[in-house]
Amino acid sequence: MLRFLLQRLIVAAAVALTVSVITFVLSHVAIDPAVAVAPDSATDADIAAIRAQYGFDRPLPVQYLGYLGDIVTLDLGTSYLTGEPVAGMIAERVPTTALLAVFSILFALALAIPLGVLAASFPNTMIDRLCLLLAVAGQAIPNFWAGLILILIFGVNLQWLPISGSSSLAHFVLPTIALGTFAMPALMRLTRAGMLDVLASDFVRTHRAMGLAPAAILFRWGLSNALLPVISLTAVQFGFMLGGSIIIESVFAIHGVGYLAWQSFSRADMPVIQAIVLLVSLAYIVLTLAADLINAWMDPRIRSAA
Amino acid sequence: MSVPAAQVRRPARWRAALTHKSLVIGGGVVLLIAIAAILAPVLTPFDPAQPDIANRLKSPFWMADTVPGHYLGTDQLGRDYLTRLLYGARISLVIGLVAVAISATIGITLGLVAGYFGGKVDAVIGFVITTRLSMPLVLIALAVVAIAGGSLTTVTLVIGLLIWDQFAVVTRTATQQARSADYVRAAEAMGCSLPHILAREILPNIMPAVIVVATVELANAILLEAALSFLGLGVQAPLPSWGLMLSEGKNFMFFDPWLITLPGLCLVTLTMAINLMGDGLRDALRSGRR
Repeated sequence: MLRFLLQRLIVAAAVALTVSVITFVLSHVAIDPAVAVAPDSATDADIAAIRAQYGFDRPLPVQYLGYLGDIVTLDLGTSYLTGEPVAGMIAERVPTTALLAVFSILFALALAIPLGVLAASFPNTMIDRLCLLLAVAGQAIPNFWAGLILILIFGVNLQWLPISGSSSLAHFVLPTIALGTFAMPALMRLTRAGMLDVLASDFVRTHRAMGLAPAAILFRWGLSNALLPVISLTAVQFGFMLGGSIIIESVFAIHGVGYLAWQSFSRADMPVIQAIVLLVSLAYIVLTLAADLINAWMDPRIRSAA
Repeated sequence: MSVPAAQVRRPARWRAALTHKSLVIGGGVVLLIAIAAILAPVLTPFDPAQPDIANRLKSPFWMADTVPGHYLGTDQLGRDYLTRLLYGARISLVIGLVAVAISATIGITLGLVAGYFGGKVDAVIGFVITTRLSMPLVLIALAVVAIAGGSLTTVTLVIGLLIWDQFAVVTRTATQQARSADYVRAAEAMGCSLPHILAREILPNIMPAVIVVATVELANAILLEAALSFLGLGVQAPLPSWGLMLSEGKNFMFFDPWLITLPGLCLVTLTMAINLMGDGLRDALRSGRR
């Protein structure tokens, strides 16, 4: 297990370094950072002065090492537009986005697990087909459109819920549904597949033969075994929630990291963009690592194969 | 997904495919939308980008305040909505198909090479795949579009260069299995060139798996384009992308909700039909092997 752990950690670190190279290229090579920093009225001489002042005239590898050093010390640069430190701007908004992501993943699980169990308990019946149809529909509905329709129905027509902002828990209901629906299908399919496998296994048949109540088999033995892979997929899906929040936050005007990202993209505020891309990627890497470790911890075959 | 060499004769497989309901329904709807997109100039007399300020925000046929000829009403600039929806299907399908062609080329090449050679080559390509998977798709696409500027070409390229991961993963696994098969051994013994072995011997046998991935990624690419355009960083006005229409319509949705329901329904219908077709294909190809 230790060897497996070490191996995965090294790969994760290497991936993180590669991602940092990509964000460096985005913010230092794909655009001329000196021109981006300079005001519109700047002359060529001004830009040259800025280039020297910020060190944009150094060789790229040297600049990259400096960039890496800055990241390690949590100095993510300053916004071109507001002049604020990027790290502070992001830290301020992380709680809102994290809250939305947690709510959404819980909503997705609350829907996916019962539906998955239901579908697996009655395989190839109308119930099963209906659950699968729901999964197909969930995959095909773009979450920004789901958000707009929810606003129309519950915000405008019924006037039950607020439609923009994040000042109360009620503000999170519609965004949670819109974002959670997106993660539901994958989790449901996996729950269903896991349940089908478990229900067809020898030990369940033995329990059935022993005359255990079907409900006891389903929940005591079936669910606990079928849910193991769902846990690691949940970690991965949680990462997708962080990435997907940019769309939902812009629809519902929730001032989280996603909204900040959207504003920065529209105004080409490169320091903020590269910092958000880097941080979300790092979150992905950590979550994927966690998912791998959960899998390996639960299934000894994986860790011995590595 | 494991797909060993298919030994079934082709006609039998295609006839069997027609018995799969989801394949027929999904494929039929996709075909209908594609035909409507191609015939758009014949089906409607209007220009999708031509404003008509006198006839702004007219309602579709089932409501009051309609204008004859504009069956699905007009948008905030008086452009015929049906026309824009039809031309929007073109944009979705063209971007989707081209992006999938690009990503399939990249992914299949990487997967074939990784699966065939194994060892260090496989480790390197595996690392590239892992790196790609650990970068948030929408954010990276937006970052690149923010730098390069939004246009039909950049959006297509960016999507195509990003969504090759599943092609690579599936091709790699399938190639690893095909690698030790007798027909590959035989081709090697006959001294066939490497490109010949990869393209002529292995590729045709892993095609079923690749086709299924292609349908999933087609739906993915279409949704991604719509999302980018919706955020204002994709296809630019006045082009009638469904995502862009949703973004423009959302300012008027409180009084004219059909402005956002219609493009959304088009998007859902198309992606659902493609997914359904993919599910049907998967089943058809699986049962075809038995």
